[in-house]
Amino acid sequence: MKNAVGREIPDSLLVNGKEVYQGKQYMDGKYIQKAAPCTRRYEKPQESKIVATLADALRHCGARSGMTFSFHHHLRDGDFVVNMVMKAAIEELGLDNLTIAATSLGSAHDPIADYIEQGKVVGIQTSGIRGRMGEVVSAGKLKTPAIIRSHGGRPRAIEAGEVHIDIAFVAAPTSDCVGNCRGIGGKSNCGSLGYAMTDAKYADHVVVVTDCLVDFPNLPASVEAIDVDAVVVVDSIGNPKKIASAAARISQNPRDLMMAENVAKVIASTPYFKDGFSFQTGVGGPSLAANLFLEKYMDERNIKMGWAIGGICGPMVELLKKGKVGKVIDVQDFDLDAVNSINRTPGHYEMSASQYANPANKGAFVNKLDFVVLAALEIDTGFNVNVLTGSDGVLRGAPGGHPDTAAGSKVCIIVTPLTRGRMATVCEKVVTVTTPGDCVDVLVTDYGIAVNPLRPDLIACLDKAGIPHVTIESLKEKAYSLVGRPDDLEWEDKVVAVLEARDGTILDVVRKIKPLEL
Amino acid sequence: MIKRPKPERFRLRRTMMFMNAQKPGLIKDAYIYGCDSIMLDLEDAVAENQKDAARFSLYHALTTIDYGSTEVIVRINGLDTPHWQEDIRVCVAGGADGIRIAKCESAQDVHTVEAAVEAAEKEFGVEVGRTLLMAALESPKGILNAYEICAASQRMFGVAISGGDFRKCMQTTFQRDGVDMLAARGQMLIAARAAGIQCFDTVFTNLDDEEGFRAEVLQNKAMGFDGKSLINPKQIRFVHEVFAPTEKEIRQAEKIVRAFEEQSKAGVGVFTVDGKMIDVAFIPGARRTLRLAKACGMYEGDLV
Repeated sequence: MKNAVGREIPDSLLVNGKEVYQGKQYMDGKYIQKAAPCTRRYEKPQESKIVATLADALRHCGARSGMTFSFHHHLRDGDFVVNMVMKAAIEELGLDNLTIAATSLGSAHDPIADYIEQGKVVGIQTSGIRGRMGEVVSAGKLKTPAIIRSHGGRPRAIEAGEVHIDIAFVAAPTSDCVGNCRGIGGKSNCGSLGYAMTDAKYADHVVVVTDCLVDFPNLPASVEAIDVDAVVVVDSIGNPKKIASAAARISQNPRDLMMAENVAKVIASTPYFKDGFSFQTGVGGPSLAANLFLEKYMDERNIKMGWAIGGICGPMVELLKKGKVGKVIDVQDFDLDAVNSINRTPGHYEMSASQYANPANKGAFVNKLDFVVLAALEIDTGFNVNVLTGSDGVLRGAPGGHPDTAAGSKVCIIVTPLTRGRMATVCEKVVTVTTPGDCVDVLVTDYGIAVNPLRPDLIACLDKAGIPHVTIESLKEKAYSLVGRPDDLEWEDKVVAVLEARDGTILDVVRKIKPLEL
Repeated sequence: MIKRPKPERFRLRRTMMFMNAQKPGLIKDAYIYGCDSIMLDLEDAVAENQKDAARFSLYHALTTIDYGSTEVIVRINGLDTPHWQEDIRVCVAGGADGIRIAKCESAQDVHTVEAAVEAAEKEFGVEVGRTLLMAALESPKGILNAYEICAASQRMFGVAISGGDFRKCMQTTFQRDGVDMLAARGQMLIAARAAGIQCFDTVFTNLDDEEGFRAEVLQNKAMGFDGKSLINPKQIRFVHEVFAPTEKEIRQAEKIVRAFEEQSKAGVGVFTVDGKMIDVAFIPGARRTLRLAKACGMYEGDLV
């Protein structure tokens, strides 16, 4: 069946009430029955929940084959915990038929590709998938199609019982002996633990893995002891160098700066740019640099930002410290400046992924967002964005909060160079739709700006401010004139990944790529 | 092959951005930053054993990239090198709008280059006279001969000073108030105006010194320069801002041109606008203001 973004979804996937994507806000007003976990009672007074090894923790939680384990990605590419847990489960306990439900996965998890090839791991549910894991899933080696969800779509699916977590693993920079966890105070600090919060509340069992045991009570706790079954102390939960970079620097690349300046110009031309406005930006070159130019316009008009959300890094913390933004609320921290600021700098708070972006709760932050600035691997003439699959059709990205912030915000700006190497970023049809075009408002490239015709109000704003803009078709043609028009990718029928829209409908599928024959 | 329109000898040249002709990543789309002219360098930016490679890169850029209305000028190697003749052939064959003569010291230098350009135009079937010239003055002798250089050819559209070499010759260094080059800039400006061609200031190389850059651009504008050479796209916006006319200047220029057109039809040569005496001498300046305003997106009328 064809969905609202023109993608053919196999009928075999449309079972148990699954529907194809119908357009944004389709589920608005509907009711959901939330799922509740089945958790163990600990009535006897306990000195400690510490167990000696991960294998002991797994046994304590009744781990067996066929279970779903959940993980969160605050340790980013420095994470050791996913690999350690899966090794203990598969190699020490001999489990198989396991499903990994992670908030995101990266190249740190390359060893999991082996377990997929061995058939020990049969399901993957995640926002991001990269490296070897992306390659083996794209090659059709995972037994069931991977399910790709946005950061808001995941807590929605958990709350609705579409994914049931048997054991949630919390990688905690610090924990006390009963499992009160924080993202700071240890040796592998990551700041916010926002993505782990929903998992801990909805999992049957929760295991905390830490490399820094601190005195009880470890407060204020991001994940609370009341939800934790066991605590395991390991030598190291991750490589600090890859968890949080040194201070994120604003790009000096003139192309990035020019695009960033145009992003700020577009923002300043809209009526939403007024005292108290809200903002989210990514950490990519031009997205982050937009902070710099936005600050100039804020000073010029003598206005302040009310609040900012997102994955947070240094430049936003700096604005907070200068008093130019009222509050910063974050689910994840990208650099040490942000890690060292959360819950310490007045006005810098932590939030859960659900509070951030879940479309099925009663008021996620994204729904009050004025502006979001996002990157894209590809954007097509329908303003559909792909941030998941590469030009070769292989899984190598993450929707993350992209679809959530795009849908919730009043103005969603995509900023990307027109071409990357030999690839046209602005194209006729994206490989995979990860953010539907009805949620994307403005495209800023190094060769010009295009506004979604669905937003005549924004077109009028740009015209009034004298900001030149062109059609997205003309940008696509320019891109093809520079780098050529690529041949279509060739796929087999087998679906290797299902791309869920944030509301739970099916937005697109990724099929097995036909092996290249020379 | 891209066919560029015939170059205009006098056009808006507020910003000329230098880039190494050998770097495809830089030159492939340098026009997106909005500078008036780009200066593709075959000289100092290119290592001695890479001159040939740079010429190939330049030729393919000129013939395959559509730079649109951005002017494309090439800085060729000095006349004391074995490279300049081949440089000129590549520029003409590729259809560059103009050539910047490095280390120009006399009218004879201009004539030497002009002869080679004309020969190349004939060789490649290019309209004779199409390729424009400008001269870079880099030595005391060049400054002293500024007027004869400026007036040496109908192809000459402008003259520029090259600060690095000049300061070395003068045994001085960069000074924040510009006193190191005050006399040279002044003499060059006078010569250019006397010859009726444009005049451009040297690059400002310390990208971290934003304050120093701004001060120099403001001084350039106050001294009467037409524009400035740049080394980084992020310098463009400020120069365009400084060189843009004010609202008041635009309104005044509009009144003068409009009044002149009406009065001259009626056979009147001298008249007053807002109490000031105006005659034909004011018209080129007023028209220049309006053209500048139009380029800056500040004037949409039809007087220019």
